[in-house]
Amino acid sequence: MKNKIFPTFLVFFFLSIFFIFFKGLQNSNIYIPNTNLEKNIPSFIAKLFDSDDNISSEEIFKENKFYLMNIWASWCVPCREEHSFLMNLSNEKNIEIIGFNYKDNNAKAKSFLSELDNPYNLIISDKDGTLSIEWGAYGVPESFLIYNNKIIKKIIGPIDKDLFFEIKELIQ
Amino acid sequence: MASLIGYYSLIFGLCSSFFIIFFSVKNFKDSSTFNNKILSLTFLQLFFVVVSFFGLILSFVNSDFSNETVFNHSHTTKPLFYKISGTWGNHEGSLLLWLLVLTLFIFLFLLKSKTQTKKYRILTLLFQQIIIIGFFIFLIKTSNPFNYIFPIPSEGLGLNPILQDPALAFHPPILYLGYVGSSIIFSSTLSAASLNYISKDWAKHIKEWVLISWIFLTLGILLGSIWAYYELGWGGFWFWDPVENVSLMPWLALTTLLHCILVLEKRLALTSWVVILSISTFTLSMCGTFLVRSGILNSVHTFASDPERGLFILIFLFCLIFLSLFIFFFFHKVEKKNMKNFFWLSKETSILINNWFMMYFLSVVLIGTIYPIFLEVISSDKISVGPPFYNKLIIPFLIPFLLAMAIGPKLDWIKSEFQIKLYSVLFLIISISLSFLIIKNLSVNFLLNTILVSSAFYLFFITLRDFFDKKFKLFSQTLAHFGFSLFILSILFNNIFSTEIITNLKIGETFKDDKFKINFEKIEKRNEQNFKEIVGKFSIENHNGDVDILEPAIRIYNQPNISTSEADIKTNLLTDKFMTMNLIQNQEYFSIRYQIKPFMLWIWFSVSLISLGGLISLFYRKYEK
Amino acid sequence: MKILKYIIFIYLLVSVNYLSAQEENLQNKITKNLRCLICQGQSVYDSDSEFANSLKIIVKQKLSEGKSEKQIYNFLEDKYGKWILYDPEFSKNTYFLWILPIFLFVIGGVLILKLFIIKKN
Repeated sequence: MKNKIFPTFLVFFFLSIFFIFFKGLQNSNIYIPNTNLEKNIPSFIAKLFDSDDNISSEEIFKENKFYLMNIWASWCVPCREEHSFLMNLSNEKNIEIIGFNYKDNNAKAKSFLSELDNPYNLIISDKDGTLSIEWGAYGVPESFLIYNNKIIKKIIGPIDKDLFFEIKELIQ
Repeated sequence: MASLIGYYSLIFGLCSSFFIIFFSVKNFKDSSTFNNKILSLTFLQLFFVVVSFFGLILSFVNSDFSNETVFNHSHTTKPLFYKISGTWGNHEGSLLLWLLVLTLFIFLFLLKSKTQTKKYRILTLLFQQIIIIGFFIFLIKTSNPFNYIFPIPSEGLGLNPILQDPALAFHPPILYLGYVGSSIIFSSTLSAASLNYISKDWAKHIKEWVLISWIFLTLGILLGSIWAYYELGWGGFWFWDPVENVSLMPWLALTTLLHCILVLEKRLALTSWVVILSISTFTLSMCGTFLVRSGILNSVHTFASDPERGLFILIFLFCLIFLSLFIFFFFHKVEKKNMKNFFWLSKETSILINNWFMMYFLSVVLIGTIYPIFLEVISSDKISVGPPFYNKLIIPFLIPFLLAMAIGPKLDWIKSEFQIKLYSVLFLIISISLSFLIIKNLSVNFLLNTILVSSAFYLFFITLRDFFDKKFKLFSQTLAHFGFSLFILSILFNNIFSTEIITNLKIGETFKDDKFKINFEKIEKRNEQNFKEIVGKFSIENHNGDVDILEPAIRIYNQPNISTSEADIKTNLLTDKFMTMNLIQNQEYFSIRYQIKPFMLWIWFSVSLISLGGLISLFYRKYEK
Repeated sequence: MKILKYIIFIYLLVSVNYLSAQEENLQNKITKNLRCLICQGQSVYDSDSEFANSLKIIVKQKLSEGKSEKQIYNFLEDKYGKWILYDPEFSKNTYFLWILPIFLFVIGGVLILKLFIIKKN
């Protein structure tokens, strides 16, 4: 009888490993840092893009409306793809678009905006990328939908049509 | 056209399996000798796979973009050599390579096993056919290398330029000869276990196949590391990345098996353990294939990940596992009198100790690689298991392991007298003193490093002395162990004595510290067949006044549109000088990384020595005492 | 003889963790332990990507502010999750990860002793 216990145990052992791998296959492999949802926005002081002044986060996000914080750069190709959606959103009354110019050259950023138009109510310079890290971002483009000083939605990568409609709905 | 032939050849190959099985089963049951028709059919199957493989190669060479695989992974401007190697540098093509090695090895096995019994040979063939059929179905159903697309694109999507490297071109075929080659060990062991055929003669016969698989696997892993070092530009060669671990695990099992077979051959003990190890080696290969191709793990060199393919391999893998369990528990007989006792000071025990440590190392790598998957399924928490984990768990255990490697081979079979030879004490003292002198000026982790280096030196001196001793019989083993000691020493010294400078420089600027002066002289731009290149010329002067010129580059490929950083590496016997340059977004300066990496060449050389030891053992097969 | 070996292992295991704090530049040590999240399998130390470079600056800033290694890891873990750390800390999620190999080692030793060394009647 003792001889049957060990093989049976092994069979169950391997079966359970099989099920775990099976479940593991179904999990998405793209790592999105969980949370950042309903998280408070970081408090910071940053330099404005078009002047030498500084501005604090409290000043930027003070009103009771939606804000879309968008990380962009003139050298970033997918940023061009999402630009039209940003322009559209900038026409909405209850949302303001704040730009974080990421590791960019001022002249090139300005010509990017004059070429494609400027959807931003305000632009902040993040020359070394450290401010974006405070937000838990890791590249361009990324966007954060904010309300009441809380991050409601985090978008990694360019805003596409589906995300655009989702944002539009959320801000109603 | 080539693709069409390739596709039908695959189908014919699959059909041959059914003929093979039919005739094999018939021959198994009847009383005549081995039916040579089976051998011919096996060759026919190999032939079909070869034709299919060449069909794919031709499609790549001709840039036949009606073939979906060629479209996805090639480009008209790719150099011919890389068009050819692109054949196996993708998921579908590499699976075809799997089939090639599977069918090749079973054919060679049948050729070389003519002195073995008929039933054993046929059963091995049948088990191998299970694997072969599984891969045929996998290929044809989910990963067809001959998918036709219409309309035919005029240009392909190109191969990742990082993969356009000679070492990487050879790495898969050589690795697979080892990795996939362990299938023959799996099949023959299952066959031998079912027929109660495990004996000293069987051990001798299978040892050859274990050696062949082991040699190629060692070389394959070496090539992969060399590629990572020269091509990936970070100056490292092993990162405990899941795909690297996946090739290491079968290697650990195979090395353990190699040592065990010696015991089996000499004393007919450890039979069950040999069976388990043989099965585990190939199971680990299959498991690795699953981990890498299913998308369940995230790594620097995953193939296209696809859960459907993952599911197929998963089910296939566990079918093989359950089949093995079934055979092991129902057929394998463990004779009570085989459970011998070993004297505590004997060669058998030292091999057991080797097994003990090797299995520990294997469990560390296996658990480290798989644990994040388990954790994520059970608790939705995602963690990383990286180099610090492996280093902490493996390095301390290397010390007794190295010492056991030095002492073990010197022990006799069955029983050894406890003698302390003068030279071994002498070497111990020399090793410790040498290590102490080398490390004392550095503040790095003093105690651990000293003991580690001492143990490695001890093994080094002991094996070195053996070369000059009368025993030519143990040459291959001594060479492999010597190679291993050199390997550990090289890695340790490389780690301890590497230095690095990271800085930002504009063209014309110079960096100075108390050891080096780096002058960024100029930039040259070049245009090649499929990329544009920005080459930076740097002169580096060290405190002796010697000047090196290094020219790292940044390459911008046209298809796909990515840029890579190409390191310039000056290699000489003692040190590598390694330099990379990177563009900083929208700034006028470049970020420069200059590394001095001692003993790199010795790392590659020592692993080659280890394989060479195996190779010599293969050709000098008189069993060593 | 074997007990001596066990004692040495345990001592070494402890000393690895203990002594490694003093080695090398702390900045390098931290960045080697951080995963570059936009690369496929490289540490922040090894990578030259934008993300890695920014992260290096942040680590430097935090170190100069006097933050300890653990505090920096906590800060980054808060932003990016545990996945960014290569060294899995010894927490309730990872008990098995660290202990299982050692446990198997001990079991292996016991098995060998019982099955092969200790004299059977």
